[in-house]
Amino acid sequence: MLNNLNLAEAQAGLAKGDFTSQELTEAHIAAIESARDLNIFVTETPERALADAKASDKRRVTGEVGALDGLPIAIKDLFCTKGIKSTASSHMLESFVPPYESTVTAKMLDAGMVMLGKTNLDEFAMGSSNETSFFGPVINPWKRNSDNKPLVPGGSSGGSAAAVSARLCLAATGTDTGGSIRQPAAFCGIVGMKPTYGRCSRWGIVAFASSLDQAGPLTRTVRDAAIILQTMVGFDPKDTTSADVPVPDFQAMLGQDVKGMRIGIPNEYRIEGTDPEILALWEQGIAWLEDAGAEAIEVTLPRTKYALPAYYIIAPAEASSNLARYDGMRFGLRVDGDTLDEVYENTRGEGFGDEVRRRILMGTYVLSAGYYDAYYIKAQKVRKLIADEFSLAFETVDAILTPSVPSAAFGQGEKSDDLLGMYLNDVMTVPASLAGLPSISVPAGLSSDGLPLGLQLITKAFDEETLFRVADILEQSARFTAQPGRRA
Amino acid sequence: MSVDKSTVVRIAQLARIRISEDDLGALAEELSKIVGWVEQLDEVDTEGVTPMASTTEGTSLRQRDDVVSDGDCRDEVLSNAPETKNGYFVVPKVIE
Repeated sequence: MLNNLNLAEAQAGLAKGDFTSQELTEAHIAAIESARDLNIFVTETPERALADAKASDKRRVTGEVGALDGLPIAIKDLFCTKGIKSTASSHMLESFVPPYESTVTAKMLDAGMVMLGKTNLDEFAMGSSNETSFFGPVINPWKRNSDNKPLVPGGSSGGSAAAVSARLCLAATGTDTGGSIRQPAAFCGIVGMKPTYGRCSRWGIVAFASSLDQAGPLTRTVRDAAIILQTMVGFDPKDTTSADVPVPDFQAMLGQDVKGMRIGIPNEYRIEGTDPEILALWEQGIAWLEDAGAEAIEVTLPRTKYALPAYYIIAPAEASSNLARYDGMRFGLRVDGDTLDEVYENTRGEGFGDEVRRRILMGTYVLSAGYYDAYYIKAQKVRKLIADEFSLAFETVDAILTPSVPSAAFGQGEKSDDLLGMYLNDVMTVPASLAGLPSISVPAGLSSDGLPLGLQLITKAFDEETLFRVADILEQSARFTAQPGRRA
Repeated sequence: MSVDKSTVVRIAQLARIRISEDDLGALAEELSKIVGWVEQLDEVDTEGVTPMASTTEGTSLRQRDDVVSDGDCRDEVLSNAPETKNGYFVVPKVIE
């Protein structure tokens, strides 16, 4: 089946004329239809995809094709797509149809992407299990050996991760604020990559926490991540935090070696409660890189444990500010009331789900008079210390290796009543987010219960080249070929 | 510090979110739990540390040329509005 090819293979097949983009796209549309019970897509766009595919096939005849020409890809429903509903999986934006295209998706369309549709996510990207979506949870295509319970795909890019894992698309876009690409990638046995803050324009992506949000790819291979990322990045004058820096050729870093490279191992990631199998996999990962000629060096990041509480002040604070725009006046839901204030309150009371409401209230609290210094400024100071610790570590090492998540995917509803337990999912991904560093989760093994586990690599800012170079070796060593039970 | 019901009412008002009386107790409990947990940051010595608002600090923000770069799209701007009239947003009465 054509939907079982990875993106690089599909690209080669199209170039050789083995099949057309229309055939490739039809295979993916059929795959999506066969997996509707997993609730992966908020909006399917098959007609649009077929039109894109036919246009691509025409371009190929003339030889003028882009880097993603004819390749069927899914887009997280947090990216605004012109003329196509963009909901952030929220009741608030349930019928919002943007009259503009996000910079990242515009670049991918320019490169010839075939857009299959918009994937489900945690509401406004706030969550680690995709269970906060207004449109219901996404089901992970993987199951435990020991039972038949539906598992979460992770979040917030849970639909994108599940879509790539179940072979419903060749690749998908995600966004990562505290782990929202890397954690679902680990839970679904795929590659998830968060670039340096500023690499991808945030313009046209529904904002959650603006100093942390970054777009990135979810794919089945490291090479595919490099191919997709190449088209997503680049300076954009419409985003003031977009970095005006040269973009390297990411694929050029693949197939090299890691001889003599120094890989940092931070002891502070041996976090209490981490699954022992994951700690063992981490040891295995260290051994793989040493076998490939790298040197493993202990580094210390002493304030790692404070990253998560700092994040749960900073991200809600920024969210409470960003989400103030949903007032029922210019776009989105409006719920009537007797006074203007009542309209605001009714609209926001009905439009936001429980987790979003909780985070807005938390953010409002830490920003309110009397608490601002004690919580918000304190968290920003801790953030500075964490960023400085990474800078210091990168004076002696080229990359840092850690697990991606402290556990394998858990069951639907298993952590719904455990707020802080749910937040702990991001304990290993949040530090790099606070520091704005590029990082990647690579599938590296299976748990004894048959679930995928990931390892995370982190490098210094704007050094995606080293990240891809090491990730490539990690992928080759791990030889992760397992596939989920549910795939199309 | 624990967050009580009256604090939830106050911040919900600041955030313009209607919350039913029935939800106040649970929200106060949840927020207290989160606030109590983030207070572990007090263990960190941050004396003399400059707060970090963004990882792009140190890079200077640019100013674009002062020219019209977008516009002439009134209908598109209004296309998602809950209510419009004669090319304007219609909002509830603000002044009595």
